[in-house]
Amino acid sequence: MTRTRTTAARRFRSDGPACFETRSLSRDFGEGPTRVRALRGVDLTIPAGEVIVLLGASGSGKSTLLNILGGLDRATDGDFKFRGRDMTQISETELTRFRRDHVGFVFQFYNLMPSLTAQENVELVTEIATHPMPARDALGLVDLTDRADHFPSEMSGGEQQRVAIARAIAKRPEVMLCDEPTGALDSATGVRVLQALKRVNRELGSTVLLITHNAGVAAMADRVITLADGQVREERVNDDPIDPEALTW
Amino acid sequence: MSRGRRDMAAALPARLDRKMVRDLWAIRLQALAIALVVAAGVAVHVVAAGMLDSLQETRDAYYDRYRFADVWAPVVRAPDSAAETLRDIPGIASVQTRVREAALFNMPGLSAPATGVMLSLPEAGLAAVNRIHLTAGRRPATGERDAIVLLDSFARAHTLSIGDTVTATVRGGREQFRVVGTALSPEYVYAIAPGQLVPDPRLFGVAWMGRDALEQAADATGAFTEIAFTLQPGASEPAILDALDRQLAPWGAPGAYGRDDHFSDAFVSSEINQLDTMASLLPPVFLIVAAFLVNVVLTRLIAMERAQIGLLKAFGYSSRAVITHYAKFALVIGFVGLALGLGGGVWLGRLMAAMYIEYYHFPFLLFDLPASIYASSVIVTLTAVGGGAVLAGLRTARLSPAEAMRPSQPPDYSRALGATLARWRRFDQQSRMILRHVLRWPARAAFTLAGITVSGALLVSSMYFLDAMDAMIDAHFNLANRQDVSVTLVEPRSRAALHEIARLPGVLAAEPVRHAPARLRFGGHEERIALTGSPQDATLSRLIDSDGLPVMPPPGGLVLSRDIATPLGLRPGNWVEVEITEGHRPVLYLPVSNVVTTLIGSGAVIDINDLNALMGESDMITGAVLRIDPDRADALYTALKEAPGVAEVGLQNEARRRFQEIMDEVIGASIFIYTVFAGLIAVGVVYNSVRIAFSEREHELAVLRVLGFSRGEVAYVLLGEIALLTLLALPLGAALGAGLSWYFSQAMSSDLFRLPFIIDPSTFGYSALVVVVVALSSGLMVRARLNRLDMVAALKTGD
Repeated sequence: MTRTRTTAARRFRSDGPACFETRSLSRDFGEGPTRVRALRGVDLTIPAGEVIVLLGASGSGKSTLLNILGGLDRATDGDFKFRGRDMTQISETELTRFRRDHVGFVFQFYNLMPSLTAQENVELVTEIATHPMPARDALGLVDLTDRADHFPSEMSGGEQQRVAIARAIAKRPEVMLCDEPTGALDSATGVRVLQALKRVNRELGSTVLLITHNAGVAAMADRVITLADGQVREERVNDDPIDPEALTW
Repeated sequence: MSRGRRDMAAALPARLDRKMVRDLWAIRLQALAIALVVAAGVAVHVVAAGMLDSLQETRDAYYDRYRFADVWAPVVRAPDSAAETLRDIPGIASVQTRVREAALFNMPGLSAPATGVMLSLPEAGLAAVNRIHLTAGRRPATGERDAIVLLDSFARAHTLSIGDTVTATVRGGREQFRVVGTALSPEYVYAIAPGQLVPDPRLFGVAWMGRDALEQAADATGAFTEIAFTLQPGASEPAILDALDRQLAPWGAPGAYGRDDHFSDAFVSSEINQLDTMASLLPPVFLIVAAFLVNVVLTRLIAMERAQIGLLKAFGYSSRAVITHYAKFALVIGFVGLALGLGGGVWLGRLMAAMYIEYYHFPFLLFDLPASIYASSVIVTLTAVGGGAVLAGLRTARLSPAEAMRPSQPPDYSRALGATLARWRRFDQQSRMILRHVLRWPARAAFTLAGITVSGALLVSSMYFLDAMDAMIDAHFNLANRQDVSVTLVEPRSRAALHEIARLPGVLAAEPVRHAPARLRFGGHEERIALTGSPQDATLSRLIDSDGLPVMPPPGGLVLSRDIATPLGLRPGNWVEVEITEGHRPVLYLPVSNVVTTLIGSGAVIDINDLNALMGESDMITGAVLRIDPDRADALYTALKEAPGVAEVGLQNEARRRFQEIMDEVIGASIFIYTVFAGLIAVGVVYNSVRIAFSEREHELAVLRVLGFSRGEVAYVLLGEIALLTLLALPLGAALGAGLSWYFSQAMSSDLFRLPFIIDPSTFGYSALVVVVVALSSGLMVRARLNRLDMVAALKTGD
């Protein structure tokens, strides 16, 4: 049952252009002798509707790639397209618009507003999004309806991370970018977070890009991309992704 | 960090000091904003206290060296022998008789007559009392009949130099005099015609001439008309005044008076009192603000450096060493502020001294800072900022190394004051964040609020002076004294003189005035006043009540201004003893029918017919007030200059123009300075508040940007708080400013004038505008940082 719906979602999304396409994407930090080449010509096509896991050692360029795809950073060279649209030359305002309308972010550190309750943190996004779902529904998707009125300081790390996911999905994003979302969590809590992400992919059809150090997590992905030294070392399609529930680490 | 700065810091032996220099550089703009607030406080202190000290020192030295009189006793005419017995009055140190006679100067290029006075100098030697300070030329030689020494300011206003001639009418006789010298006098530091408000050097002159020559011109051969005394230290002035009045009564003495009633000295003293008020009120405000700012900024810095502090303690640095480290921060800021404040204060003080010498004619006026003012600036500043730093540093003492090195917990908003209140659904999430941030740190918000409030209040209270002056000008010139010209006669004349004046060219209306010196006694107190007799239907010169309506005494009654009535404890309905110290010196009892507040000068008004009747005289006048045809003013002035019986001519329009001019110049300069200083407080408080909020919330703001909020929306979260506090501060600042203005109206009113407590709505408007502009520009400075916000770095998602 689960398997069928995933495939259906993927097929539906695949009709249109790819979610992301990058060509010779490079990113340098610093200049002269202190220059660090974080990305050195990345060529990738990321189909819509998939769960993609990005693997790689520290310094391999995973976060840099994710930041550029999410419109938080700009490439030094090369270009990338989002659903067929060239994103390298667009203005700062358009980038903001892009993040607001299309991208949901989840970080290792939950980055909730301490002065807002769980529900208000979600509403922060629904107030500015074009076609959001009700904040309560988003919290429902991560099983947090009963904690809606709690402030971040009153919640556990796992709960805060699920609020962050609810905040990311509430706008019904086309793409979810997750940078080490389980990095600060214990294994059981981490699994719940990954289940929530999988559910979003399944029920909303969002493309999920997930960075992790944890190679085990790759088993839940439709596609696994490994980066090393700022380049794509390997791209592998997983024909039989498993349910996050079955993951352990 | 540039290489130069790194080397500068590296030159310091102690590693902690290097850290201090580098940290300070990182918050240099905030530190500078605080230093500027300190500087403003120090500068106000230096200017006010320094000017106060300089004026007092200069005045005392000048008065002492030139033997400025303690007591004056005018008489109608007394033989020299009458002075001999006065020397024996206990407490009198030295005595000088002289002839004083009113004069009208006919100056070329000035159609109006210049009022003035002729004073005699001893034929030989220097005067025992009230010596003059020659600025050029010499004194008249013995027997030199036409030689005069002119008041320096009058000579300069008419570009007269030694050898030039001056025509003057003295006691009806028109004579030509030769200028042999120019001089300053301690009696004319503030050179102003009696009854005038502000000096006009063109229209008021003093001439000194040889005693014999003036005796002849004034019809006083072998006699004197005024006697001046210096007193021995500790002498009782009231007792001496009484003795003088008794002994000089046969010679028609209207009453002796002391320095309190001396016009020039009263102005100088009033200025000194005002400086004293400024010196004691304003500097503490600035320094308290600076102390709070240091405390808030350092508290924030310490919060950000928790881990470093824990590490230092773990390495074995004592709490004291850590507190000292942060105290040094404050001291560096304090010293920068001190240096700027002392430098700026001395510079402003010199400018101010140059301005003072335009109005207060001292032979010299050096703006000099005594060591005590330097010392008090240093001690008070360092105590204020050091105190703010130590209070902040004490928090680190309570921090255990292990606790300090753990990351601090996310701030808990759940129990913050009004967390539930802020759940009100009407707000959007950003507004809710703003509100909760304010409620979570109420003390900090209150301080920011207080700072902006104080800044607004200072603006209101400094601009208030303009409103008060406008009200004074309006009340004095438009309501109370509507005449164009006032004429004082050499001596009382019959009513026929009024008709002669009324027939002069250009006179549209003339009303009689009868002045008589008098003493009022009530409840054991005595006041010396000038009693004014006016006609019941006076339309030109009258007393005005608080509703702006003219008040005339009923037949047989008296209307007094509050500054006369209050010291005597007189209220309407009381009967007061009136001794007229002229003519037959009648003593009478009169009912006080009304007491009114006059803004400028004093007033004691009685019906002119009553006054004449009480004095046993029929229909006498001592002068007249005129409304004139401006087109024929020149013809009138020419006639007045030639009229034998005219002693003084007052020109109301000139007085008004000059008053306005001086107020614009002096008050305009002060308001500019206080606006700048109030602005500095606003910048210091607002910039620091926003800057601290930014560094605290940089992460949150970056997350908002990541979530797709535009720069403007994120700026709203950051600046909305300061906007909210500014909006709250505006009415508070207006209220506090009104309170301060009320205080100034009380503290700065003197015998010479009363500042009315009137604030024009536009004053509140301008003050609010300045505060808003300052807050806005401080906000924009931080907004620029917001635009450079590095989302990736702020989220620490670097690979």
